[in-house]
Amino acid sequence: MKRLLNDRRGVFGAIVLAAVVLCALAAPLVTAGNPNTQGDIVATRFLAPLSSDVTGAFHLLGTDRFGRDVWTRIVYGARVSLSVGMLSVLISITLGVPIGAIAGYGRGPVRLALLGLTDFALAVPRVVILLLLAALWRPSTGLVIVVLGLTGWMSVARLVHGEVRALAVRPFVDGAVALGARPWRVLVRHILPNALTPVIVAAALGVGNAITLEASLSFLGLGVQPPTPSWGNMIASGRDVLVNAPWVATAPGLVLVLVVVACTLLGDAVRDALEPAAPVS
Amino acid sequence: MLTRLAARALAGFGVVAGVVTLTFFALRLAPGDPVEHLLGPAARPEQLAAQRHALGLDRSIPVQYTVWVTRFARGDWGISIAKGRPVRSVLGDAWPATVRLVGLSLLLSYLCGIAIGAVQAHRGGSRTDTALSVITVTLFAVPGFWLGLMLVMIFTYWSRVLPAFGAAGLDADYLSGWGRVIDGLRHLALPLATLTLIGVGGSARFVRGAMLDLGSQQFVTTAHAKGLAPWRVTVRHVLRNALTPVVTLLGLSLPALFSGAVLVEAVFAWPGVGRILVEAVQARDYPVVMAATAVSAVLVVAGNLLADVLAAWLDPRMRGAR
Repeated sequence: MKRLLNDRRGVFGAIVLAAVVLCALAAPLVTAGNPNTQGDIVATRFLAPLSSDVTGAFHLLGTDRFGRDVWTRIVYGARVSLSVGMLSVLISITLGVPIGAIAGYGRGPVRLALLGLTDFALAVPRVVILLLLAALWRPSTGLVIVVLGLTGWMSVARLVHGEVRALAVRPFVDGAVALGARPWRVLVRHILPNALTPVIVAAALGVGNAITLEASLSFLGLGVQPPTPSWGNMIASGRDVLVNAPWVATAPGLVLVLVVVACTLLGDAVRDALEPAAPVS
Repeated sequence: MLTRLAARALAGFGVVAGVVTLTFFALRLAPGDPVEHLLGPAARPEQLAAQRHALGLDRSIPVQYTVWVTRFARGDWGISIAKGRPVRSVLGDAWPATVRLVGLSLLLSYLCGIAIGAVQAHRGGSRTDTALSVITVTLFAVPGFWLGLMLVMIFTYWSRVLPAFGAAGLDADYLSGWGRVIDGLRHLALPLATLTLIGVGGSARFVRGAMLDLGSQQFVTTAHAKGLAPWRVTVRHVLRNALTPVVTLLGLSLPALFSGAVLVEAVFAWPGVGRILVEAVQARDYPVVMAATAVSAVLVVAGNLLADVLAAWLDPRMRGAR
């Protein structure tokens, strides 16, 4: 923990993420009005950032084509984007950890079958499968979460597999076996707790990745459906008005990049803090 | 080595077969009907039924699957339901554009990534290293489609120097020789820059990490002790050894790169396979989706295999290993 606090990257990532999560939770407090209300569209659409409309309402990041406040939509979009990122990573971990653990500690056909499954799933182009699944069933936020979770567990499984394999030959495991512990108990109580630290790092990176993928799917119209705001469909809606109202696409994209950078930096910092032997970085 | 390669090739074949089968059944079980897309809402039920019968879509799904597999294996990829043209010619027109885009960006992003990562590792912990780290982390985080939009905004709408859409100008057919080449390059510039920039972040981070891990090894200390110039140690000793995992990563990054190309093609209206695939999925154009999926799966598997061979060639220790 102390190492983490001394790492500027980790502190920056944690502060940015905490700020975004707080804003998303306290959305009604940091914004004025509803993200989907449309007032007098002709009078309030495409207002530049830092301007006020006819009713005197101030728009920090301007308004979009329906006169909706971009800042308000970004904050409410954060709720959608962050929960998609976190929930899908949760699914990936609940699938990936047992699969990787069993593949790592099991032997013979079980191990080969699970490893084969993982390699198979890794070789499939992820966006292609996402595209198929999301286009085939009616797009919705829930579907995006499930699809991202189901296509993201392989890296976690590989990580846990490698970790468990390395731990299985350590003396404390032999000790547990010698004391008469059953294989399940050895795996769950002795090996897994020691194998989980890299999973935290993978989770941090995975959240950033999932947020990007959600935005990509929503951009293609296959993810979160309007009027529910998500950063991806906000960027998509700003695509046609890049000339007249560049802020509509630029602002949510910048926030997305900031959040993903924060996830990556926090993940890097946690990894370095957990590896005391790591060289200068 | 040869037996291992054969085993890998066999496993790769299994992957392709699995992906194709999965896609086939997912397509058929999902709601949506290519015939309704084709004939439109005004079609009467008996017209729909007749068209379905003509396309063989009224048979049971396992029968359709067997028919498709045997035909595909013989090289008959069928006819696009939505376009009415042979699938082979639909994809044949699109592949060169995608391969040009993806191949060039792969080459450029790895060359730049290796150079940046090596400079960072050479001066690990310095200001240059920190500054470059900030840049690579940011590039790593940027979604390709958004970067594409931003580049279009800057280079097309604001400064009006580069075209934003398509692979050739409207007047490309009337240009000759160099004019046509330059037109093609100008259209390639923005999509290529987008794909390359989002790739550089990942490869530079990886190269830097691999080189720093090697930095504390004894052969590096020996090289320094011999009195070699520091840059020579970095390039000839550290970088060379760090290249093996980079080559493996290159093979593993093929699926991701292909995925990135799908989105970037959508942004730039690039006439490649990604765009064809998105359109075909939306129109439920079964033969096109199946063929595009099969070919991309083959390419991905072949890429991984090639990376394995390259890694064995670079690092003799890998040849005996499992």
